[in-house]
Amino acid sequence: MTETHLPYLDLEHISKSFGPVHANQDISLKVYPGEILALLGENGSGKTTLMNMLSGIYRPDSGSIFVLGKLATINSPKDAYAYHIGMIHQHFKLIEVFTSLENIILGVPHNKKEKNNPDSYDKGSAKDAKKLVTKICQKYGFRLDLDKKVYDMSVSEKQTLEIVKTLYRGADILILDEPTAVLTPLETERLFRVMRNMKEDGKSIIIITHKLNEVLAISDRVTVLRKGECIGSVNTKDANEMLLTEMMVGKKVELKIDRAEPLHPTPRLEVDHLSCKNEFGREILHSVSFTANSGEILGIAGISGSGQKELLEAIAGLQRTSQGDIFYDDYDESEERIDLKSKSAAQIRNLGIRLAFVPEDRLGMGLVGDMDLVDNMMLRSYRSGKTQFVNRSTPAELASRVVKELNVSTPSLHTSVRKLSGGNVQKVLVGREIASGPKVLMVAYPTRGLDINSSYLIYHLLNEQKKGGTAVIYVGEDLDVLLALSDRILVLGDGEVRGILNARKTTKAEVGLLMTKQQSSEQEEKEGKAHA
Amino acid sequence: MHSERKLFSWKSPLHLVKRSNLPWWQALLYRLLAVFVGLLLMCFVLWLMVKASPVAVFANLFSGSFGSERRIWFTFRKMALLLCAGLALIPAFRMRFWNLGGNGQILMGDLAAIMCMYFGGQAGWPNWAIILLMIPSSLFAGALWGVIPAIFKAFFNTNESLFTLMMNYIASGIVTIFLGAVVTSGSGTLPIQEAGHLPVIGNNDYLLVLLIAVAILAFVYVYLRFSKHGYELEVVGDSENTAKYIGINVRWTIIRTMALSGALCGVIGMLLAGAMDFTITADSAQNMGFTAIMVAWLAKFDPFAMLGTSFLVAFLDNGMASGVQRAFGITNNSIGQIVIGIVYFCIIAVEFFINYRIQFQHLVPDVEALTEKGKK
Repeated sequence: MTETHLPYLDLEHISKSFGPVHANQDISLKVYPGEILALLGENGSGKTTLMNMLSGIYRPDSGSIFVLGKLATINSPKDAYAYHIGMIHQHFKLIEVFTSLENIILGVPHNKKEKNNPDSYDKGSAKDAKKLVTKICQKYGFRLDLDKKVYDMSVSEKQTLEIVKTLYRGADILILDEPTAVLTPLETERLFRVMRNMKEDGKSIIIITHKLNEVLAISDRVTVLRKGECIGSVNTKDANEMLLTEMMVGKKVELKIDRAEPLHPTPRLEVDHLSCKNEFGREILHSVSFTANSGEILGIAGISGSGQKELLEAIAGLQRTSQGDIFYDDYDESEERIDLKSKSAAQIRNLGIRLAFVPEDRLGMGLVGDMDLVDNMMLRSYRSGKTQFVNRSTPAELASRVVKELNVSTPSLHTSVRKLSGGNVQKVLVGREIASGPKVLMVAYPTRGLDINSSYLIYHLLNEQKKGGTAVIYVGEDLDVLLALSDRILVLGDGEVRGILNARKTTKAEVGLLMTKQQSSEQEEKEGKAHA
Repeated sequence: MHSERKLFSWKSPLHLVKRSNLPWWQALLYRLLAVFVGLLLMCFVLWLMVKASPVAVFANLFSGSFGSERRIWFTFRKMALLLCAGLALIPAFRMRFWNLGGNGQILMGDLAAIMCMYFGGQAGWPNWAIILLMIPSSLFAGALWGVIPAIFKAFFNTNESLFTLMMNYIASGIVTIFLGAVVTSGSGTLPIQEAGHLPVIGNNDYLLVLLIAVAILAFVYVYLRFSKHGYELEVVGDSENTAKYIGINVRWTIIRTMALSGALCGVIGMLLAGAMDFTITADSAQNMGFTAIMVAWLAKFDPFAMLGTSFLVAFLDNGMASGVQRAFGITNNSIGQIVIGIVYFCIIAVEFFINYRIQFQHLVPDVEALTEKGKK
């Protein structure tokens, strides 16, 4: 894979604008056969736009794309496949009610089989497709149930299906848009394994990501984009985290989380043998007990879907509980413990309890996508005032303060939040929740999809809240961050507490083991409690 | 590789660029242009069908809606009614509750008012007493017809479009039953009711409807823009989960909003009964509940923009019916409606050009390759 080879793909001086926004400016990059190229950049740096031009979703305003040295015109995803380019989008493009196999052959035309040639297949027929797909899976080590319906699949299975689908359609160059954002560490490992297999087979892979450790682990070369411009390409073996961050952000960034010792921690929220059932009657939380202290960050680790969402929603009054209690203590204001169990969000608010919650689904739960920044800030405060009319002046002040302090990039305060990028949406939400001066602050995956700068800003804000005496509950997926940020870590698995660990003493391996362990024995539960 | 490189490449042929911020006056200009193009197309179709000259079509369109003082008032009253109906629908629409039952709600308000007039008149009540009874009855009847589907939506998540649509038929049915019960003559029509006429303002039969439309416009605008209720219903419309998260009572919001929507429809029914028709048939609502959906959508649920859209609809309807159709002897009303539909299509289509700009292809030279060739 030296530079003397003919590049499989050669992008020259590509530019693309959306209205006044220059998403890509004069970008050139090359991809060689059998290499994994990482496309690195912060949110909104133009990674996905560039790749969408390769896969035929957008067309460049100017510049040329060469495939194997020949000028290529890619006007549709179909054209892209003709050039053997396939893209796996961040949001999967699958038909939910179809099986894997049906999704794979969807839209693939029938072709005539050659007679007397056992290796000739009709790619459009289900029977032949099954054989072919099985071959692909064996070759690269995919695990895929061909008769499973998509709606029954986990995110990781859907992603596998997308990759197999792309390979089946003859892609030699695969573009993966933030493939690991939705995967657990284990699933990420598995994905990397098949990526390496594909590479050995001579396929080229472009992986879009902003996770530095992944770039270093999987790629051969890195191309860094910043604000729509190409900053440069380096060989991964010559790169390190500091160098890449600097290229990405444009300045040196301190990748350090200051963890202060908790100041006078007192119990603020006590969850006692809490159990919940989901809408289908399956028990999703089983006898969960823990205490969140003031002035402390309690991290919650676990494979996604272990009950994190339900736990936070139960506390926030959005999830019906079947058993157990949730006690809120505020010894500064009253001696009384308040039982939050089976109280609705409105009741909790009416009790005057300042409980802030940054849910996982930002636009679907925390914010109103079609409303502007001011109206979204108003969500927490619109009831104030005795009249039937809302007061927009205080929320407008808050909005401009959040925009300034958290560096939200938005055209104006009156832009609907749906139009903002993911990182900015998150800043608006976190900013609003913190502004309410919470006693308990619960955040779920607050840095998912955020660039490095924004992520560290959020960590800093959480630490500030902790110093101010708030009980912070942080649900995260990045174990390194959980270990560096939390004071204690609660590990959830299958809706049960697998253990509560001292974050200063435990290791990534210990947390990982608790997360993935299939069964939790009595003894380990006791150990967990002893740690707490 | 460079030897194979082309010296010119196509800048991608015909592609769409999303516009970000078209100034409002340009957007308005595009829309006016769309109306104009629509009218031209309409003329063309009429020329094909009845050999009508475009000039005559335009002249008759205007004379049909503005040809006499009576016609002018008539057009404005129609506009006012459509505006009221549209205004009645938008609180629900902004909550993404697709209320297709405006017709039934209007008709129920109409029926309630007629019943007051009929029975009050028979009992010989004074006019003011009948009117005092008519107002709450119509509001209540309309609200009831809106609240029933809202309750089912709130508690059982039934599909509100189907439900409200069905309620229209039930309302017509009830009117027919009422007529069957009280009309004894063979014609089956209720004679003009003499009691309970709403007051005529300034000797003008049309002014009351206009004033009420203005009042409802102001009310709905303030309600949606500045009230807590208006804020809540928009949160519910965008995301029920967000509403629950923030502690809004979603069920109550749905029911309350539909009660308002229905009650405003009830007002229209009362106007039909007490200021315009003084009688009732199963078709008294004149499909206003449906036409108003178009008025609301074209205006993107903006109360003030609805002034424009309701005017346009009233102008085209009246111009076509009393102007063009009469002049060219088109007796089939559907033809008039279809031809008007062309204009609406153009208005809807122009939204695309307001959102996107089209670029056409042209060749771009590859400077690098050209200079290389020059060197050789």
